[in-house]
Amino acid sequence: MSEARTYGYYPGCSGMGTSMEYERSTRAVCEALGIKLVELEDWSCCGSTPAHTVDHVLSAALSGRNLSIAESMGLDTVITPCPSCLTNLKTATHRMENPEFRSKVDKLLDKPAPGGVAVKSVLQVIFEDVGPDAIREKVVRPLDGLALAPYYGCLMNRPPEVMQFDDPENPTSMDEILKALGADVVPYGLKVECCGASHGIAQKDVVTTLSGRLLDLAYAEHAVAMVTACPLCQMNLDLRQGQINSANKTNYKMPIFYYTQLLGIALGLPEKELGFDKLAVNPAPVLKAIQEPSHAAS
Amino acid sequence: MKIGVFVCHCGSNIAGTVDTEKVAAAARKLPGVAFATDTMYACSEPGQEGIVEAVKEHGLDGVVVASCTPRMHEATFRRTVERAGLNRYMFEMANIREHVSWIGKDMDANTNKAAELVAMAVAKLREDRLLFPKKFDINKRVMVLGGGVAGIQAALDCADGGLDVVLVEKTTTIGGKMAKLDKTFPTVDCSSCILGPKMVDIAQHPNITLYAASEVDDVSGYVGNFKVAIRKKQTYVDWDLCTGCGQCMEKCPSKKTPDAFNEFIGPTTAINIPFPQAIPKKASINAEACIMLTKGKCGACAKVCPVEAIRFDQQEEIVHEEVGAIVAATGYDLFDHSKYPEYGGGRIPDVITSMQYERMLSASGPTGGHIKRPSNGEEPKNVVFIQCVGSRDKSVDRPYCSGFCCMYTAKQTILTKDHIPDSQSYVFYMDIRSPGKNYDEFTRRAMEQYGARYIRGRVAQVYEKGDTLIVRGADTLTGTSIEVEADLVVLAVGAESAKGAAQLAEKLRISYDTYGFYMESHPKLKPVETNTAGVFLAGCCQGPKDIPSSVGQGSAAAAKVLAMFSKDQLESDPQISQVDIKRCIGCGKCMSTCPFGAIKEIDFRGQKKAEVIETVCQGCGLCTATCPQGAIQLQHFTDNQILAEVTSLCPPLLEKSFE
Repeated sequence: MSEARTYGYYPGCSGMGTSMEYERSTRAVCEALGIKLVELEDWSCCGSTPAHTVDHVLSAALSGRNLSIAESMGLDTVITPCPSCLTNLKTATHRMENPEFRSKVDKLLDKPAPGGVAVKSVLQVIFEDVGPDAIREKVVRPLDGLALAPYYGCLMNRPPEVMQFDDPENPTSMDEILKALGADVVPYGLKVECCGASHGIAQKDVVTTLSGRLLDLAYAEHAVAMVTACPLCQMNLDLRQGQINSANKTNYKMPIFYYTQLLGIALGLPEKELGFDKLAVNPAPVLKAIQEPSHAAS
Repeated sequence: MKIGVFVCHCGSNIAGTVDTEKVAAAARKLPGVAFATDTMYACSEPGQEGIVEAVKEHGLDGVVVASCTPRMHEATFRRTVERAGLNRYMFEMANIREHVSWIGKDMDANTNKAAELVAMAVAKLREDRLLFPKKFDINKRVMVLGGGVAGIQAALDCADGGLDVVLVEKTTTIGGKMAKLDKTFPTVDCSSCILGPKMVDIAQHPNITLYAASEVDDVSGYVGNFKVAIRKKQTYVDWDLCTGCGQCMEKCPSKKTPDAFNEFIGPTTAINIPFPQAIPKKASINAEACIMLTKGKCGACAKVCPVEAIRFDQQEEIVHEEVGAIVAATGYDLFDHSKYPEYGGGRIPDVITSMQYERMLSASGPTGGHIKRPSNGEEPKNVVFIQCVGSRDKSVDRPYCSGFCCMYTAKQTILTKDHIPDSQSYVFYMDIRSPGKNYDEFTRRAMEQYGARYIRGRVAQVYEKGDTLIVRGADTLTGTSIEVEADLVVLAVGAESAKGAAQLAEKLRISYDTYGFYMESHPKLKPVETNTAGVFLAGCCQGPKDIPSSVGQGSAAAAKVLAMFSKDQLESDPQISQVDIKRCIGCGKCMSTCPFGAIKEIDFRGQKKAEVIETVCQGCGLCTATCPQGAIQLQHFTDNQILAEVTSLCPPLLEKSFE
């Protein structure tokens, strides 16, 4: 086993609230895979959707502050589980390549934003720096025969010139990780479709239509569960599944997991640590299908 | 010397931003100028007659015309002065349109610059000498590169005109893309039935030598006398013996070889004849799939071959041919649809290309003319066609329209209905472009009689849902998004230049555009010529074309060759380099710098000297610039002539300082 790799860790606001199970399972899985997370001290919100819709400079300054914290802590890479935080951090870095834009951002900051801090998603680090082969060796509770629909959301890989990870139309990194866990990954053509995002608050029918389509396809492909990498996607599909069902006259009971939760269970981590109790759609029937840890493999 | 100057208005093209009268007045003051005037259209008949009359009336020795680029009318005016009794090289052109009036709006500055260009031309003309072209014999054989329908037509027309034709084809059979088509638009007649007889004519014509499985290795020489080295690739079968009986194909155990002719939708054998009407009908071995060639055991074909034609040890060979003209008809390739990952081509089995669909429609294709879904072999009911896959899309570097996809898609919807009467076709299109004879009627027929549903808008995504495919797109006429359930999706892929087109262009010394298509000499008036004398173009190597246009251009190229060969001798351009043997020190620098190999070393009274091979020299002037002795001079562009131009523009300071 190789030595631990160290990364600056940016949990993001949703990790502290609505997606605690994603945050918790991410930490547990990273520890098990030898990824050392150093949380940025006194990190602030990335500004989320409101900041960048109002002011690109302000949005970049919020990310710039977090990046300079990383720099002052001696970290060269910041990773985050949340695609929305990832987009803001990466877009800020991308925009600050323009000197004129950068000088506007620097005016808002106590000290100039750093140029050399890399930003990646936790998914990218697990896929590229650990890799499916190393994961396969550590599996103690294989997800044998579990038919899963991998859903990346619209942000994780797009736009390609900013995100620079995986294929923008047909990403496969999460597929490969799930396959390494022993799962059957169903062909899922809507991997990067929008779930409706924050329209759930303002215009619920947008979410029930778009997320409904996602559930329809997962069901049609005989998946027993969907696997996400984004807190907002997970919330729309999971928490609003009842609303979607009543709007579309369906009756789905499709558990919506974070890929880190399934990764954790396959690596043999205690279920308590993975936050399955936070899921709205009962995951028990699916979890029951996963066999107990085989002692031979541990 | 008495010089006449003619300043052209070119309508308002020049006169709009240049005071032509002033330019003529300035010219009158130049030394040697006996006559100067402005003229409305110098190239028109009255304009040319004005020049002829002025030469006679004023006894002129040379003429300067200040007008457009020499590319446009230099030859015209040279003929004019010749008609007036002058040597055609006692003529100079000053480009005051492309170099002056079209690029600046300041009347004073333009007039000044035009006057200076005229002064330079006059100065050069004073140094001009009479030049006389030489005549040389031409070899009246022609080589056609590419055996698609354009090349076939060009070869047959030349051969029927009595010429010896060498036809070189890269693959193992002629026929090109047309041979793969099931039917042709807008007549829906059988493609191989109209092409087949022409292919047979090629094989049987006494004047045509066919090299299949061959490529051009090297081209040297010049118009009238090209030398071409042809690389005959190994087919591992002695084609002199092979009768095309096909017994080897029946016995070959390697039955899952990818079949390029069938666009890889069905397998073939490692030794095969591409299709029943192939010309030449000879077997060849796919070295990558052959068990004998990869693993060293098998040899089943050699055992059954009744004429013992199999040669596992065959090597490629180089043959040399000498011809007087070359017709490039090297065709095109289809766009790689995997560059649109959102359509799932290459990933989703039921998303296929239009050419794969064409092979499926063909009775001699891998499915025997039955339309089947590649995933499960079932007959599709809903077929969705997506147009402009690799056409009119800057994001994949294909901003041009491929021209024929609208038509072949309409044809395929009609054929789909014929094959499966209860099927429904959908076509996602951007615009329908069907400008040929009977073309628009044809697309209307697809919609109105055959019920193809045309949806104007691009497709965003194709994805699998259980057994069917969902095609999501926009309907821009109703302003809504739309989803269509499909059993089969056909991508109407566009055309791109053939692989290796650029390398061949370098060998032929012709130019090509950004996308690799060969450049014609003039987009309107010289559509089959290139800027290299003796090299002509036909078919899709020049740009995407349908069959009628390709055939038309094939015939046009043949007509150009026949016209050129109607003379026994061609005139060589005298604007070439000449060595002053007394000055030459035999250093050989000119030889190493000449890109055309036009300079050879000779022994002159025991001393090494350079000599220019007049018919090979292209007049580029590289040797002139290289020669340390100034011993080699490009005729009509000698050092003295160029210095005279420079001096007229910047008079020596010396004179001024002694004023």
